[in-house]
Amino acid sequence: MVFLGGQVLPGNVGRAILGPFADQRAVDALNHSLGVDRPLLVQYGSWIWNFLHGDMGTSYVFRAPVAPFVVDALGNSMKLALIAFVLVVPIGILGGVVAALNLNRPLDRIISLGGLSVTVLPEFVTGIILILIFGVWLRWLPIAAAWPKGAGFLTQIYYLILPSLPLFLVLFGYIARMARSGMIEALDSDYTRTAVLKGLTWRTVIWRHVLRNALLPTITVIATQTGYLIGGLVVIETLFRYQGIGSLIFTAARGKDFPMLEAGILTIGIVYAVATLAADFLYSVLNPRIRLGAEQ
Amino acid sequence: MSAVQTTSPAQDDMRRRSPLADVFYSLLRSRTFLVGLAIVLFWVACALFGERFVPYDPLADDIIDALAPPSREHWFGTDQIGRDVFSRVIVGSRDILTVAPLATLFATVAGTALGLLTGYFRGIVDDVVSRILEAFMAIPGVIVALLAIVALGTSKTTVIVVIGLSFAPIIARTVRSAVLTERELDYVAAAELRHERALYTMFVEILPNVIPPILVETTVRLGYAIFAVATLSFLGFGIQPPSPDWGLSISSNYGMISGGFWWTVLFDALAIASLVIGVNLVTDGVQGAFND
Amino acid sequence: MTERNALELKDLSVAYRVAGRNRAVLRNVNLTIKTGEAYGLVGESGCGKSTVALSVVRYLPRNGSITGGSIALDGKDVMKLDSEALRRARADSVSMVYQDPGKALNPSLRIDRQLTEIFELAGITGQAASDKAIAMLNRVRISDPASVMQRYPHQLSGGMQQRVAIAMALANDPSMLILDEPTTGLDATVEAEVLDLIEQLRRELSASILFISHNLAVVSNMCDRVGVLYAGMLVEEGSTKDVFNDPRHPYTVALLRCLPRGGQRKDQGRLDTIPGFLPGIGVAIKGCAFADRCALADDRCRTELPPLYDLGGRLSRCFHHHKAQALPRATPSDVAPAPKPAGAPVLRVAGLNKTYGNPGHPLRAVKDVSLDLRPGETLGLVGESGSGKTTFARLLLGLVPPDDGGTIELEGRALAPRLENRSDDQIKAMQIVFQNPDSALNRSHSIRHLIGRALKRLAGLSGKALEARLNDLVRSVRLTERHLAVKPRQLSGGLKQRVAIARAFAGDPRIVVCDEPTSALDVSVQAAILNLLADLQSKEDVSYIFISHDLGVVRYLSDKIAVLYLGRIMEFGPSEPVFSGPHHPYTEALLSAVPELDRSKSSRIRLDGETPSAANPPTGCVFHTRCPRKIGAICETLEPELSESEPGHTIRCHIPYIELMELQSLKSEARESSLQRRRVERSTA
Repeated sequence: MVFLGGQVLPGNVGRAILGPFADQRAVDALNHSLGVDRPLLVQYGSWIWNFLHGDMGTSYVFRAPVAPFVVDALGNSMKLALIAFVLVVPIGILGGVVAALNLNRPLDRIISLGGLSVTVLPEFVTGIILILIFGVWLRWLPIAAAWPKGAGFLTQIYYLILPSLPLFLVLFGYIARMARSGMIEALDSDYTRTAVLKGLTWRTVIWRHVLRNALLPTITVIATQTGYLIGGLVVIETLFRYQGIGSLIFTAARGKDFPMLEAGILTIGIVYAVATLAADFLYSVLNPRIRLGAEQ
Repeated sequence: MSAVQTTSPAQDDMRRRSPLADVFYSLLRSRTFLVGLAIVLFWVACALFGERFVPYDPLADDIIDALAPPSREHWFGTDQIGRDVFSRVIVGSRDILTVAPLATLFATVAGTALGLLTGYFRGIVDDVVSRILEAFMAIPGVIVALLAIVALGTSKTTVIVVIGLSFAPIIARTVRSAVLTERELDYVAAAELRHERALYTMFVEILPNVIPPILVETTVRLGYAIFAVATLSFLGFGIQPPSPDWGLSISSNYGMISGGFWWTVLFDALAIASLVIGVNLVTDGVQGAFND
Repeated sequence: MTERNALELKDLSVAYRVAGRNRAVLRNVNLTIKTGEAYGLVGESGCGKSTVALSVVRYLPRNGSITGGSIALDGKDVMKLDSEALRRARADSVSMVYQDPGKALNPSLRIDRQLTEIFELAGITGQAASDKAIAMLNRVRISDPASVMQRYPHQLSGGMQQRVAIAMALANDPSMLILDEPTTGLDATVEAEVLDLIEQLRRELSASILFISHNLAVVSNMCDRVGVLYAGMLVEEGSTKDVFNDPRHPYTVALLRCLPRGGQRKDQGRLDTIPGFLPGIGVAIKGCAFADRCALADDRCRTELPPLYDLGGRLSRCFHHHKAQALPRATPSDVAPAPKPAGAPVLRVAGLNKTYGNPGHPLRAVKDVSLDLRPGETLGLVGESGSGKTTFARLLLGLVPPDDGGTIELEGRALAPRLENRSDDQIKAMQIVFQNPDSALNRSHSIRHLIGRALKRLAGLSGKALEARLNDLVRSVRLTERHLAVKPRQLSGGLKQRVAIARAFAGDPRIVVCDEPTSALDVSVQAAILNLLADLQSKEDVSYIFISHDLGVVRYLSDKIAVLYLGRIMEFGPSEPVFSGPHHPYTEALLSAVPELDRSKSSRIRLDGETPSAANPPTGCVFHTRCPRKIGAICETLEPELSESEPGHTIRCHIPYIELMELQSLKSEARESSLQRRRVERSTA
């Protein structure tokens, strides 16, 4: 589908690259050398075939193989996304749990409304505000995610804190909200009442009976957020001038560099599919009703 | 420990207030809703009438006075070609408040129709359409938008269509699942037992009952539409110059941020933030009112 | 009177906070449960029964609070306990079992974990805890407890889940056991098993019991003493026998009259009803709460709250307790003589089948059903969940297409299997009243629209004629003009069901399917709906197909009975012979599972095991796996035919009719004589 999008929509690739004033013969020649004058299906078949063998095609703009660009960018994006995820998952869940345990009290209102508010802010807005505060006024953090060559692990993280914060904020509200509603449902359930009336300590009730059931839906939702994350990366990487998959796609889209665009998007598709599968797997491992459904 | 409902079946022979009035009254009692509504109405007023009241023409440049910090003449300072930031922020609400609601409306209408059809007919229609929608949703929205805009070129209409199309499946999914639940209720069987036409059953019997989730989803989507329009403008794929649009302004000014010209971006950012938060407070209120 | 009471409520008042106001749900409730006693609390929905239970364990909903009085468990004031002491009390001395065991057990933990954690509280861990857990499961008569320990709740049937819940409640050997509707929602035979179990455990254990139920018969069989709650107030209390046989409060009197009892039938008179409605929660009540609905009430009743009169070991909150039983009927009993069902059958069904699932793994929901129904007759469909009652009804209506081959004839003409192929005349001739009016009535439409649309589509009316007929119809179901403008949500359950009935009658139907039309309603409302159905039938000569799990209700309304099991008719015949026997062993078991007010604790016929799955029915007679009268190998290999025992009465059993008669007459004679004895006792009392 992505491939079709890239191929059908732009019309004439050679014309798009060389511009409207180029000689028609030059356009044809370029088209031929790029292989875009072959029937679509043939192009598609060979593209997929090559992709699976690590050959993602040749960039129209750089006139160089796409693969190294994509692999580098993916690695960079993963770093950024991982930092955001590692921070947000535990903190988001904790926020939701704390809110639910203090239902309708001030703490809950703060977390709920605060979370709700930061979730809906576009990343570039929070990004700008954070840059102003921490980068421009306080000068605590670097405003561009470009670390010196050969920087160590910790330095890289230092450079990535600011870019990961907008992602964190968007995800935080989302995860906290899910966790909160899951917790409320579990706390209100009959099985929690059973557990309390057994005389178990509050700790045991929460840890053994409530949390597991409460967080099940949240866990699935977290994995589906990879889809969102990719959109967020496009913006964040542009704003912070970071060489990730998001900015790669963005640049490719602006420059109409279709092989690059296609490769980037297909890569994302694969990442997305893997994440979704992992979520399904995790969910079924944690939920006996699905795991053992066949026995019923 | 759930709250107990007091609508015990035999408590009285009739309840005085209609359900819709209940929703309305609980909205009026909700502080979040009222605050959100006030913010949104403020920006709507700016979009409609702002141009008449702002001190400067938001598009008029004044190179001599470029990049002036906030002062009595220019409350929010001026940008790199000397345009008054305050005027631009006020008037900048116009495009986004046209494009985002239209996109949402488009998505709601298309999504509702799709959701009703797939939920009502189930079977093959549902399978095929749902698969396509799922595949569509599997691609991150920004990517869809990028591709489509690259292909179709940038214009407000494109942005509306693109955002509308990428939100429609989400609304369709919400509507479909609500319709699937309604479909199982006996009033649908009762309609079949009167030989009602499918369209009657869909639009007269089922549709009114799925309005609450549609309404909630629409307000949620409106928030995200604003999010999306602002983001696309920031990336240069949305609203085009010389509009004083907020996202666009940030996009053209944030390069100078390290130079300390914070006023060229901060107020636009805050404007977006307040609008989006306002819409979401409204959403939260609406959601709460329907859940009570 | 020095013995310590297991539970003592003094002036307990509880309120729920709704829309910023406190609304009283319990008003000064006093009650005492002695050690070892089983106390029943009855009342209709909304009267505060469950609130009593939740107050005792201090687990009120978030918006609920105790506004006055005290609760003493084993002499300890529950309300003064700090959280740790409260936890200890829950762990040591009080346990609770409630409705819907599927939700009461944690879905993501094995039974093992959920049971052993209770013993761990007492310091028993590891193997010792497991052993105790297994012993507990044995105690609640779970066969193969070791394997049950390893399962998750969703892998157990409803009856098993409730046994596990009971095992959990009894694991700490509590002194007080609260049972809140523990068998509501379970099938009749399963309910009977669970009640038997509770009965036996009561004898083995020392626990005192607070038994809460809307079902008077269940309480009468289980409890020593009973309290009647009305609008959050205790209105009558006394020994079970006294209260149910000789009630002294008009509400109790009226409640008992609402139940179809002792085989009462529609042609023997209408049920009594209770006019009016329960006062809303939190309404300020001056005087007696029941006064508005009581024919005995005078000015004093309306202005002055009656005290709880002590009538020698029993209490009644009524100024007129001495003449409570003289309460005039709210609905006259006399009935117009019903036209005798006559003429050609209005409905004839032959060889109807419905198979779900894929061909390799068929699920036969309805198998080879044949029957007929004459005008003005009611056919009662009886059977447990999964027996195919509702599927059969949907097949008749055309909502679900049957398998090829069977036929449905309406007034002599074959009906198309699918609804869309039936003519408008055929459609209006067969309508349905669904179980749940909330689901059956479109909540977005006004009552006027709901009924008007049916009149337009089914009766083809419009304009003035529609308006006139609408008013007639509304009156005939005893609704009034002012109900027309509102939405269903603004009406009570009983009124909603009347709207549904009006809609079904819009096109002058020949047959109305009633699918559990009263099972969501309180008994007083149920009585009014049953009366209405009976009245409409004698006026309109309409036939009913009446589905219900409540055999008393079925018996009241039905002329013919079909007993279904796993989609097959096990017995079919006129109502009286089917109920009085001799009958199919399954019918026998169903009947004996029904808790009855007027029956002393005679031995029940217990059915072993679970209802098999229709996807994998037993060979031979499908009932042989649970049949208490199984005669041998033939039952396992050969499915018996439906054979005629008397004219019009057919039974699907290998045991010859004569033998069934002998087998079952012994028991019914015993029953007769015990009834006789009780009647003598009562009249001498």
